[in-house]
Amino acid sequence: MLEPLIERIRAAHASHSPLIIQGGGSKTFYGNPDEGEVLSTRALTGVVDYQPKELVLTARAGTPLAEIEALLAEQNQMLAFEPPHFGGAATLGGCIAAGLSGPRRPYAGAARDFVLGVRIIDGTGQPLRFGGQVIKNVAGYDVSRLMVGALGTLGLLTEASLKVLPKPAAETTLQFELDEASAIEKMNQLAGQSLPLSATSWHAGLLTLRLSGAVSAVHAAQAKLGGETLKDSAAFWQRLRDQSTPFFELRPGASNQSLWRLAVKPTTPPLKLGDAQWIEWGGAVRWLISDLPPAALFAAANSCGGHATLFRGHAPASGVFSPLTPALHALHRNLKQRFDPRGILNRGRLYPDF
Amino acid sequence: MLSPAFLSQLRRLLPPHSVLYEREDLVPFESDGLSAYRNIPDVVALPENEAQVAAILQLCHQNKVAVVARGAGTGLAAGALPIDGAVLLVLSRLNQIKNIDPLARTATVQPGVRNLAISEAAVKHNLYYAPDPSSQIACSIGGNVAENSGGVHCLKYGLTVHNILKLRAWTIDGQLLEIGSDTLDAAGYDLLALLTGSEGMLAVITEVTVKLLPRPQRAQVVLAAFDDVVKAGAAVGNIIAAGVIPAGLEMMDRLAIQAAEAFVHAGYPLDCEALLLCEVDGVNEEVSDDIFTVREVLTASGATEIRTAESEEQRLKFWAGRKAAFPAVGRLAPDYYCMDGTIPRAQLPHVLKRISEMSTEYGLAVANVFHAGDGNLHPLILFDANQPGELHKAEAFGGKILELCVEVGGTITGEHGVGLEKINQMCAQFSTPELVRFHEVKAAFDPDKLLNPGKAVPELHRCAEWGAMHIHGGQLPHPELPRF
Repeated sequence: MLEPLIERIRAAHASHSPLIIQGGGSKTFYGNPDEGEVLSTRALTGVVDYQPKELVLTARAGTPLAEIEALLAEQNQMLAFEPPHFGGAATLGGCIAAGLSGPRRPYAGAARDFVLGVRIIDGTGQPLRFGGQVIKNVAGYDVSRLMVGALGTLGLLTEASLKVLPKPAAETTLQFELDEASAIEKMNQLAGQSLPLSATSWHAGLLTLRLSGAVSAVHAAQAKLGGETLKDSAAFWQRLRDQSTPFFELRPGASNQSLWRLAVKPTTPPLKLGDAQWIEWGGAVRWLISDLPPAALFAAANSCGGHATLFRGHAPASGVFSPLTPALHALHRNLKQRFDPRGILNRGRLYPDF
Repeated sequence: MLSPAFLSQLRRLLPPHSVLYEREDLVPFESDGLSAYRNIPDVVALPENEAQVAAILQLCHQNKVAVVARGAGTGLAAGALPIDGAVLLVLSRLNQIKNIDPLARTATVQPGVRNLAISEAAVKHNLYYAPDPSSQIACSIGGNVAENSGGVHCLKYGLTVHNILKLRAWTIDGQLLEIGSDTLDAAGYDLLALLTGSEGMLAVITEVTVKLLPRPQRAQVVLAAFDDVVKAGAAVGNIIAAGVIPAGLEMMDRLAIQAAEAFVHAGYPLDCEALLLCEVDGVNEEVSDDIFTVREVLTASGATEIRTAESEEQRLKFWAGRKAAFPAVGRLAPDYYCMDGTIPRAQLPHVLKRISEMSTEYGLAVANVFHAGDGNLHPLILFDANQPGELHKAEAFGGKILELCVEVGGTITGEHGVGLEKINQMCAQFSTPELVRFHEVKAAFDPDKLLNPGKAVPELHRCAEWGAMHIHGGQLPHPELPRF
């Protein structure tokens, strides 16, 4: 199953021809424009191993996330980082390569926290395996986690092993009318208490909290916190996860507008960057529809201890991700060079110059 | 040997009390927590601030002198073993807690701050730092990052890599890398993960920002006895299948139980083949529900006796036996080897059976202590180094155990690290192209191979023999520290 992919990458390496790795194509909007012929992972499907009692699942990169989540649900388990699907066709490989996580991330961990091991084909066509299928493993550098969020620039992911978790027995979602500054403070205060918090959101004067855990624990927390219970809460969090609410759509005709993701220190007070904002992750992520110049938003996020991403919209020549310091940028190029010496894998997708 | 010219340059960078070069001052630094490996360093540098660290690195880089970073020296894999002709860079004087932000739930600390000191400083905000290696009263956070340290609570709360946000780290040429951020992710590659567990091979850390968690309202432990280790192993999987993620889930076999009971009188049942300790923590109501579920699962899994700790005093007593297991086993024989493999838990019956068969084959007894929740096995091989050939036999036996761990889909080290000790066993776990890639990762940071050279990743020509943790006469360099 791997042979054709190995051959293809070897040939591309030999001829210096760039390749664009593609799974379900659900995240083609994400990252900088890349160049080359499409290399599809769609033939690499199937769950290789799933041991519910081990809390470990191993699947090939092209396996649809939906298929994996359905299999886990049969055993009352889940991917706790709640990965976005963005339209439905998302695959495991793309999920790990993009490294994006959903609403549960601040309370359960990110995609990178659940990756136990990967198999990749590097930019020379060499198949490699890092990490494994066990929860504790400190042998060798953590190259598996290095692949998470690398956008395929260090290797083609062919298989990944993930830690999975039991689904909570109960979930309920509460809403409170609250101004932005108070909501940010409350999200942070609650996260410092022993509460079964599993997601937080603030938008348009409404703070939304999700509680997950044992039935008794969720009831006790609900009694303590008050608020209005949100009906159809699963749909609310899924729409936020997949950005399918109207907020995330770019307005037709407003060609300068982009959807920005500002990741900031969670206690950062309200950003004075316009009214179109949606706060997630306990205050650590501020979604923003803006036509401000990229440099201004990179600087704003940097001054709040974080970084910015032009998530959807027209990519500037300097790239959609926050610029790195010269020392870190040089290190990134150097690492890229070690895994993909001829720069054929997703060239330019992470940073335009490699 | 380092040249007099280099040493005088080093002395000019630091105050007089920060450079040690007399033999009697150097001897305390000859080993880390694995005392079977000793080497007196040529010189010890004890910088007191970040600028001094950067200056030392620059000087070493210019002179192509190797640097071995060391924290509290409690590591168990000879990762901080001094190297001839190198500077031993001891970071224990960078020991300030710079900031605790209770609302953002973070602590920013220097590398020499002790693991437990972070939780002690955070307790007034009802917060704590989750990873709790057994040596937590002495080990420092810089070393925890270098080793990706775990602890009893890994299954639920993760390792060091899951609990840190940001590092200030210096490359060998004296450049500052600010890795991670004050938020939950950072732009670019996940260098935070790459540096965590890199055993001092890539950069030197001078500041760590860790996440703090709210202290659980309540923690409670259940003890269960089994007449068969296979049933105990199955019970572990059954607890997890029932949807409970215990905060701690530990297992001991007959020899370990008896040794522990004789040593600390924890009140363990002695007529059993295996003992499980299952701790759950969290919100009050959830703990009650989980204890109920755990007891039901243990009964259904064939436990012969189940006890729930009814008080904090009893909880600590239940744990006392498990936490004293290493020194307790140390009383059974003049020497023991501790292995640190991790296996998929389903393989436990097979692995224990094979270990027991090998025990007969080699004529050496084994006590098994197991972080059962996350599959991390610590077989303790008993031997007497004064009997000709026993040391060699124990080493060979240990090597076979690690080989077995890799064979069943596990790893040679779950939490102690590779260091120098397990460097040969890396050859069993990784193929040549994978080892080559590890060397290239190092070269991207440290092309001259000056940071802790020769540790963690074997040179290709070296892939030859096995190694293991060797403790003579129960004498650890830090006998006061618990080891579990």
